[in-house]
Amino acid sequence: MDFTLKTFIFYGFALLTIASALAVVTVRNIVHAAFALMVTLFGVAGLYVFLQADFLAATQVIVYVGGILVLILFGVMMTSGRLEMRIHIERGQLLLGGGISLALLMLLLTVIANTPKWENLTDDGTAFAPTTKRIGELILKEHFLLPFEVASVLLLVALIGAALISRKEVRE
Amino acid sequence: MSLQHYLVISAILFSLGIFAVLTRKNAISILMGIELILNSCNLNFVAFSRFVTPPENIDGQIIAIFGIVLAAAEAAVFLAIILAIYREFGSIRPDEVDTLKG
Repeated sequence: MDFTLKTFIFYGFALLTIASALAVVTVRNIVHAAFALMVTLFGVAGLYVFLQADFLAATQVIVYVGGILVLILFGVMMTSGRLEMRIHIERGQLLLGGGISLALLMLLLTVIANTPKWENLTDDGTAFAPTTKRIGELILKEHFLLPFEVASVLLLVALIGAALISRKEVRE
Repeated sequence: MSLQHYLVISAILFSLGIFAVLTRKNAISILMGIELILNSCNLNFVAFSRFVTPPENIDGQIIAIFGIVLAAAEAAVFLAIILAIYREFGSIRPDEVDTLKG
C-alpha cells in the first residue's frame, strides 16, 4: 500500500511539472507564465525529493522560487507596459519552432528507449540518508573546493557586471 | 520509479524550453525557456547520480548545485542587459534590437 501511494505522488509531481511547463511556453500573459514557472520549479524540487536529494530540493526552492523568479517578476514590471504584457507570436515561427522542438523530443525519447544500459535501473529502496553533511565535506574539504571558489568569484563578477550594466548613465 | 521516468520528464522539459526560446517574442519569456532547459539538465544530473553511480557517490548533486549557481548569475546579467536594452530601444522584443544588422 505504501508503495502505491508513493507512485501516485510521483506521477502527481511529474504531471504538475510537465503541465505547468506547458503553460509557461503557451500562455499569452507574461505574468501568468511567470507564476506557471513557479509551479514548475516547485515540481522539480519535489522530484529532487524523490531522488533523495534533500539539500538540493531546499536549494531549488530558495534560489529559484525565492530569487530568480522574483528577479523575473521585477524584470516584467520594469520593462512591460500594459500593451507588452501580452506575448506576440507569429504563426510561421510557431510551426517551425514547434516542429524543431517536437523532432528534438522524438530524438531524445528514441535514445532513452533504446539504450539497454539504462533499462531496469529502479529505485532499490535504500534507506534515505541526509546528504547535507556529505555535500559540505565535498565542497569545502575534498575535490570540489576549487570549483566552489571559482563559483564565488563568478558570482562576484556577475553581481558587479549586472549593477554596472543596469545603472543609469550619469552624464557630466 | 526508474531512471527512464526521470529522463522522459527531463526530455519533455528540455523540448518545451527550446520551443519557448524559438517562438517567443519577448526577451523575458526567452529567459523562462532557458530556465526550463537548465532545470532539465540539473534533473538529469541528479537522476544519473542516484541510479547509475553507487549510492554514497553524490557528485551529480554537487554539479546540480553549481548549475543553480550559474543559473542565478545568468539571470542577473540577463535582466541587467534587458533593462539596458529597454532604456535604449523602448522595447524588449529581440527582433527590434537590430543596430548591428547590415
